[in-house]
Amino acid sequence: MKKKVLTVDDSRTMREMVAFTLKSAGYDVLEASDGQQALGLIGTNQVDLVIADLNMPVMDGLTLIRRLRAMPAHRSLPILMLTTEADDRKKQEGRTAGATGWIVKPFNPEKLVSVVQKVCG
Amino acid sequence: MEDLSRFKQTYFDESAELLAVAEAGLLRLTPGTADADEVNAIFRAVHSIKGGGGAFGFTDLVAFAHEFETVMDLVRNDAIPITTELVDTLIRANDVLGTMLGYARDEAPVPPGTGDAVADALRRHQSAPPPATDAGPPHNDLDAAFAAAHAAETTHPDDEDDEAGIFGDAMAAILDARNPSAAAAGRQRWTVVFRPRPDLLLSGNEPAFMLRALRRLGEAEVECHLDRLPGLAELDAEQLHLSWTITLLTGPSVDRERIADVFEFVADECDVTITADAPPPAVPDAAAPLPDALRSPSGPSVPAAAAPPPPPATPEPASRPADPAAPRAKPAENGAAQHAGLTSHTIRVDLDKIDRLVNMVGEMVITQAMIAEHVRELPPGEFQELLEGLEQLAQHTRELRESVMSIRAQPVSSVFSRMPRLVRELAGGLGKEVQLVTSGETTEVDKTVVENLVDPLTHMIRNSIDHGLETPEEREAAGKPRTGTVTLSAQHRSGRIVIEVADDGRGINRGRVLAKAVEKGLVQPGASLSDEEIDHLIFLPGFSTAEKVSNVSGRGVGMDVVRRNITSLGGRIGVYSSPGEGSRFVLSLPLTLAVLDGMVISVGEERFVLPLTNIVESLRPKPSDLHGLVNRCDVMMARGEYVRLVHLNRLFGIPGATEDATRALVVLVETEEGARLGLVVDEVLGQQQVVIKSLEANFRRLDGVAAATILGDGRVALILDVAGLRDMSRQGGSAPPRAAAALPAPEPAAV
Amino acid sequence: MHSSTALSNIGSTGGSTGGAAIGAANAHEDQYVTFTVGTEEYGVNILAVREIRGWTPESRLPNLPDYVRGVINLRGIIIPIFDLRARFGGGATEVTKRHVVVVIQVGERTRGILVDAISDILAISQDAIRPPPDLDTGLVDTEYLSGLYTVDNRMVTLLDVQRLFAVEASEEDATQKALPAPDRLS
Repeated sequence: MKKKVLTVDDSRTMREMVAFTLKSAGYDVLEASDGQQALGLIGTNQVDLVIADLNMPVMDGLTLIRRLRAMPAHRSLPILMLTTEADDRKKQEGRTAGATGWIVKPFNPEKLVSVVQKVCG
Repeated sequence: MEDLSRFKQTYFDESAELLAVAEAGLLRLTPGTADADEVNAIFRAVHSIKGGGGAFGFTDLVAFAHEFETVMDLVRNDAIPITTELVDTLIRANDVLGTMLGYARDEAPVPPGTGDAVADALRRHQSAPPPATDAGPPHNDLDAAFAAAHAAETTHPDDEDDEAGIFGDAMAAILDARNPSAAAAGRQRWTVVFRPRPDLLLSGNEPAFMLRALRRLGEAEVECHLDRLPGLAELDAEQLHLSWTITLLTGPSVDRERIADVFEFVADECDVTITADAPPPAVPDAAAPLPDALRSPSGPSVPAAAAPPPPPATPEPASRPADPAAPRAKPAENGAAQHAGLTSHTIRVDLDKIDRLVNMVGEMVITQAMIAEHVRELPPGEFQELLEGLEQLAQHTRELRESVMSIRAQPVSSVFSRMPRLVRELAGGLGKEVQLVTSGETTEVDKTVVENLVDPLTHMIRNSIDHGLETPEEREAAGKPRTGTVTLSAQHRSGRIVIEVADDGRGINRGRVLAKAVEKGLVQPGASLSDEEIDHLIFLPGFSTAEKVSNVSGRGVGMDVVRRNITSLGGRIGVYSSPGEGSRFVLSLPLTLAVLDGMVISVGEERFVLPLTNIVESLRPKPSDLHGLVNRCDVMMARGEYVRLVHLNRLFGIPGATEDATRALVVLVETEEGARLGLVVDEVLGQQQVVIKSLEANFRRLDGVAAATILGDGRVALILDVAGLRDMSRQGGSAPPRAAAALPAPEPAAV
Repeated sequence: MHSSTALSNIGSTGGSTGGAAIGAANAHEDQYVTFTVGTEEYGVNILAVREIRGWTPESRLPNLPDYVRGVINLRGIIIPIFDLRARFGGGATEVTKRHVVVVIQVGERTRGILVDAISDILAISQDAIRPPPDLDTGLVDTEYLSGLYTVDNRMVTLLDVQRLFAVEASEEDATQKALPAPDRLS
């Protein structure tokens, strides 16, 4: 069965790039444009990994991560955050919120796939 | 990577939207009243443009966006105050970003110096002192706190490089959850088979170090295999004859690669197989079903079998451990994988496809009408099921039509959002103070209509600010607030969209308009025109009231062009004006350009279609309802008000129709603007959806006729333009040219 | 330009072409479809003819000169039909099933002309076309006549369809030049 990855980003370009890269690597991909939408999709789909941008309208990435971690069902859902390079503070905030890891954007597709494989198992 | 270039179009489309969002936000940014959401939206827009630009290697654009983003970040954190000067800089920065995107889209190099001045201005704002209220450097404290937390809590090391990282602890928790049995023991079990080549020692490597390194990863049980050990006589002390099987119990944070890393320097000099043991079958595994694992007993001959289920679901013997991350997944090698089921909220569809769908639905509507027509000729009482089925078909056709049309519908906000900037620029250029109030931005209308609204609205707003509004001084002198107000609104009314552009300025100067019209030979000298008629003179071709050509309105474009644009969309424009109080321009446009619900009526041998949205009711008048005006039966009492009767047969010169209104039917109709009249017709044949066909494509526009359609029997019927009929009848039935028809020409001549 | 249907229609409707064989047109010859209106015979360049179809009832258009018969549905598009007899001042044609519509392409526009019958297809050499005589313009509109041709003692009047319809189109312009009645919204 294909693993299902949810990409959460307000940038359509970014979502489409993530989706394409991961689909090419054999994943199913869901898309959401903000945290709120992501929560809705996670509630109705068996999602194996969330890749979330941090700065989004309606509900930002950190809030999304905290909300998910507050739900017992999603305490161990892998969540990767997309962040701009060298943003250590964000990385640490993400870690505290419960992120599993981070990827800088713009991302290198092969890197994205390799990290996704690591956390998806 | 090559593959990502396919997203450039998405990026440019999205960036254009983001620029518009940023611009709208910036225009609303006024000193002291920053809305956090608004500022954040601008920041995000710039951030996204920068992010995508980075992916495609648009370095100049990214560098500039970075300066812009940095300033927006400061604004966002209240680190710099919002001043008029800052807002101006930001608006200019947004423009520069747009210019740079243009170069990127055209694959042209960015000319040196582009945006330098703005970038400098942005940098100046970055170094502006923070507001005095900003207490201390909280960020550093936070960083320190995070660092401390990190140091204190981390028990599993992070796996990171420059581009990505995985937090060890978080990953460990996930692996624990994924593999409850191992988690219970706190461990993952690995079987590592290590078979060095005999000459491993010659390269200065020592197997013992590797075994020790493995042990550091967890609890290791090491079994040494002596099967290749020669007899003592043949023993070469320089050669290695041993191999090992290590059973490793590790924490969940240890993955295959970390184990493989141990053998990194001896990759070419040994065979290593790393197998993750499956958890006991009894344990339900939420993450994914694992293939049946071949448990690896001791002994080098047993191949590795089971691995955690990675998407490319083959376990990898780590025979090249030195190159762990190498050819994991080659994206897009497998064509089928690309078409893997993407689930998404939205899809982007080529407009042509939608238009084909629209056309198809149009043909279906005609076919359905045709069937209905034939069925009407069947003997009554029979074929009940057929009739019911047809009724359903009609219903479904209607729903299908509505759904298809709604695909093309878009909110007018994309047009409205361009106007604040225009207002700002015009006000600045003309020395006027203007406030723009918009409402109904979410009102939806066909995409073609939305797109074609930009020019007319732009011009109307220009007109309002340039000609309508007074200078602040004039306004004060007239006892009005210095700031003039321009109102832009949209709403649905009677199946059409009505857009108004109103100002509270001086109103139309009728004396001047009339004089100008006479001077230009548009009106006979001495002609007596009503106020309303004078106001409408501004729509005449070549008419311009500006006494001196300003650089705002005087571009050779007049209200006549506005009217032509609106008319070509099947719309109408009108103006209401009160001297000293202002003017109001009202546009009324059809919501779609393809299909409408109509009532088929007959007059003599001819059949016509009346748009359902215009029909109030149909009545058969009693003689007592009818009243003569000047000896003609011209007026009828309907619902307590007098309504003028219009005999369609007289207006259109149709022979053989019923002259006596008491024997005919009166269809009470109402124009979009609320004017009522009674159309005298022979019969009302029934309601049906009709596909709008252009009369102009092969012929020309006709007064009182909006368009044509094809009825179920294949014959053509004209779709009536109620407002046009009203105008015709007011002019005594002659055919004066009217500027507007109610419906557009949707169809190019299909040749 | 023209469909094969159109050609076969012409073949069956029209008579023999005698010496001027179809397809034998040399560089200086153009093919003309000729048709009759009353006792007169007219021709239009075959390149302008899209198809020839039997008469189907039209829908009338209001307030137009009598030579504008109305509109018909030509496979989903709506085209106007002009009555050539009425156009030349002979009054409206009393149509029967035997009347024919010649569908003509003029630029972007498709239009039909109502005639009595198709008579022939002629390959006409440019040299053989005589200019129209200098008629009293008060009686006949000459600008849409491109020339006269004689065959077997018949005189064929060649029509310039571009101009024939240009006359009609100019009415449209004329209406726009007139003082417009302003739009009224109430």
